[in-house]
Amino acid sequence: MPDYETIEHDVLVIGSGGAGLRAAIEASAAGVSVGMVCKCLLGKAHTVMAEGGIAAALANVDDRDNWQVHFADTMRGGQYVNNWRMAELHAKEAPERVRELEAWGAVFDRTPDGRILQRNFGGHKYPRLAHVGDRTGLELIRTLQDRGVHQGIDVHMEVCVIELLKEGGRVVGALGFDRERGKFRIFRAKAVVLATGGVGKAYKITSNSWDCTGDGHSLAYHAGAALIDMEYLQFHPTGMVWPPSVCGMLVTEGVRGEGGILTNKDGKRFMFGFIPDNYKAQTADNEEEGWRYTQGDKEARRPPELLTRDHVARCIVREIKEGRGSPHGGVFLDISWIQQRLAHAEEHIKRKLPSMYHQFKQLGDVDITREPMEVGPTTHYIMGGVKVDADTQMSSVPGLFAAGECAAGINGANRLGGNSLSDLLVFGQRAGEFAAKFAKENLAGSINSAQVEEATRRALEPFGRNVTASADFEGPYQVQFDLQEMMQNLVGIVRREDEMLRALDGLARLNARARRVGVTGHRDFNPGWHTALDLRSLLTVSEAITRAALERKESRGAQFRDDFPNKDATLGQQSVIIHKGADGSMQVNREPLPDLPAHLKQVIEEMK
Amino acid sequence: MSTATFRIWRGDAQGGEFRDYPVEVSEGMVVLDAVNQLQAKHAHDLACRWNCKAGKCGSCSAEVNGMPKLMCMTRLSAIPLDRPVIIEPMKAFPVVRDLATDVSWNYRVKKKIKPFKPRAPDAPDGTWRMAQADVDRVQEFRKCIECFLCQDVCHVLRDHHRHDDFIGPRFLVYTAALEMHPLDTEDRLPELKQAHGVGLCNITKCCTTVCPENITITDNAIIPLKERVVDEFYDPLGWLAKQARNALKR
Repeated sequence: MPDYETIEHDVLVIGSGGAGLRAAIEASAAGVSVGMVCKCLLGKAHTVMAEGGIAAALANVDDRDNWQVHFADTMRGGQYVNNWRMAELHAKEAPERVRELEAWGAVFDRTPDGRILQRNFGGHKYPRLAHVGDRTGLELIRTLQDRGVHQGIDVHMEVCVIELLKEGGRVVGALGFDRERGKFRIFRAKAVVLATGGVGKAYKITSNSWDCTGDGHSLAYHAGAALIDMEYLQFHPTGMVWPPSVCGMLVTEGVRGEGGILTNKDGKRFMFGFIPDNYKAQTADNEEEGWRYTQGDKEARRPPELLTRDHVARCIVREIKEGRGSPHGGVFLDISWIQQRLAHAEEHIKRKLPSMYHQFKQLGDVDITREPMEVGPTTHYIMGGVKVDADTQMSSVPGLFAAGECAAGINGANRLGGNSLSDLLVFGQRAGEFAAKFAKENLAGSINSAQVEEATRRALEPFGRNVTASADFEGPYQVQFDLQEMMQNLVGIVRREDEMLRALDGLARLNARARRVGVTGHRDFNPGWHTALDLRSLLTVSEAITRAALERKESRGAQFRDDFPNKDATLGQQSVIIHKGADGSMQVNREPLPDLPAHLKQVIEEMK
Repeated sequence: MSTATFRIWRGDAQGGEFRDYPVEVSEGMVVLDAVNQLQAKHAHDLACRWNCKAGKCGSCSAEVNGMPKLMCMTRLSAIPLDRPVIIEPMKAFPVVRDLATDVSWNYRVKKKIKPFKPRAPDAPDGTWRMAQADVDRVQEFRKCIECFLCQDVCHVLRDHHRHDDFIGPRFLVYTAALEMHPLDTEDRLPELKQAHGVGLCNITKCCTTVCPENITITDNAIIPLKERVVDEFYDPLGWLAKQARNALKR
């Protein structure tokens, strides 16, 4: 084996968003040495784009809130296929994780009596989201980043991990390369935490950063860990649709939380016509009550714009498909109308939604204080991911942990807005704690040089393929674009068996093309090479999403099957689980959900 | 669809040159779209950092026609396209390759600034009380996305290369956010005066001009810090009072 630089840590965290940072801080506080690998620069991870807030039952704004209500809201939003234990831990521990951020320097918006302010969000019964205007993610990542660097975490910036290294059944490290010089590095660690975020770049229209390529999902899968719930992919109802260059860019749910309404081209507030039965009791049936809710009236029920994301996204798709959409193929989201209700509405909107104001003004020539926005669904978040133990976040492979978006369970079939920032804090903390514990109880393993050689050989192959000299080879970008286009069209919001079978054929062809991808230039900061290497992750997660969605012959939460539009009682008790077979092919199975204990069943019943 | 010429600096620490590329222009495009288009079509290995493409992560900083900009927030409709659009890497930092620069100095500087140190909690449950009016100014500073465009434009760093003596506008804003945090009890004035070089800023306000988050860097952060340093170290009456207090203590 060539003499690659080897770096030793007790715990290696892969990913530097909220979950990775929180895990690294916790592991480091437990007294072990911690390394954190960032695919990009520190502080630039996708968490930075989170806008609306962190869901936690602090009860600062409505004292009727508590962990039981948050738990019941999360389970209802997830269509009761969530891992109940994760939902329970999440609801119980989120408030402490938020207060801790304040102790570390985060500056949340305040209530009149000086406590952390909380706002309304879809599917949350009470105002629950601690926030900073509409840039909560930036506040969270900066607070954790500044805490982390003073705690002695070793940060490896712009390093991309391409393989988890194993000894027998256990993970003992990772192989990566630094983007700047293209040099391989071996990370030897007693425990590894995956915190790599989502998969949005498998789709054409997405709110996700370029780096959300499903690396953690793919690394875990190829290392033998099980993935679950991969069919549940969240399409956020409101992304920008115009101009084309910003299509998919997120428009925060906070717009609706602050009173924004959805209308079609006829000016009709269409959401009032589509309130599902299980939300009827807690949804306003008239505009007046909905408005009062957004202004903090505790007696009022939420407007239907604040129903769960899966539902709102489908209603928007229906308006567009049935010809009632906006000029550029979306619907209207209007916050400017609140000037009819509020004095100083313009200042209010700019203060509450500063990034939205900025984003539309600068990129779309739209002044949201005066005119409606045009919005449509955008690929946003994957509920599925690495199957983990609820308490420790360890995957089915010893020594391998996962937290945040790349782990699965907490969100079930649909995630509530605000629950991902709390998820990454709660389970990042737990992953860090238990990874440190694992590292203390186990010795470092030895690196398998054959595995390293095989992975580096594979990574360098694209340099040997001369795209300009031979028609057998092609560049990586077109393969990526074709994948994104295909997933968007065939495995999107509304799914059908025949289309998804076509997607599987398409994936086979794209895999073959990916094996003939060539790159030009050398290894120093070469985006073409990086794109070529990302293809493996993108193709792996795309196949997992497609196969899981085919297996679930029902509609539930984010999974909507045109050919099976109803829920299926049996499937409602099962998770779709995916792992890599001995022959290297993707295996799809089902397993029963863990039994919900009686005391939690009672909590859910009481909150119905 | 019209075509524009993009003149992009290609090279590394050893040197480089401008190269012209054709870009197909469509409605609403930003500079980063043009760069991404070139990567896909003409220059697979054109190095450039970007992440969110939404003005939130601060990765795609570069100089567009000589002005420090986020490429993702610079629309082609705001640039004359009848002549080549010139894209260069930031000049205050060493080049890695093409448009990517080595910004690691910024991360080292930040580490040297004393961290947040809160007062004891106000309430028995371990929480604090702060009025919105008291956190407004800190929240302005905390909007910073660390794109380092203010560092790039600052002549103390860009032209005089005083990276060892001056932390730059970004970290003066960062220090101000800590110093003005209602809960913070740390004192950062001695190093602000000495090692961090607040006196080297001569308030040309270039940083404020280029800030994509519209933070009023000079007026709201740097000048108040300068005033605090003056009050602490250069006020003769304050100096006398301090001497008297020390004498009494002895």
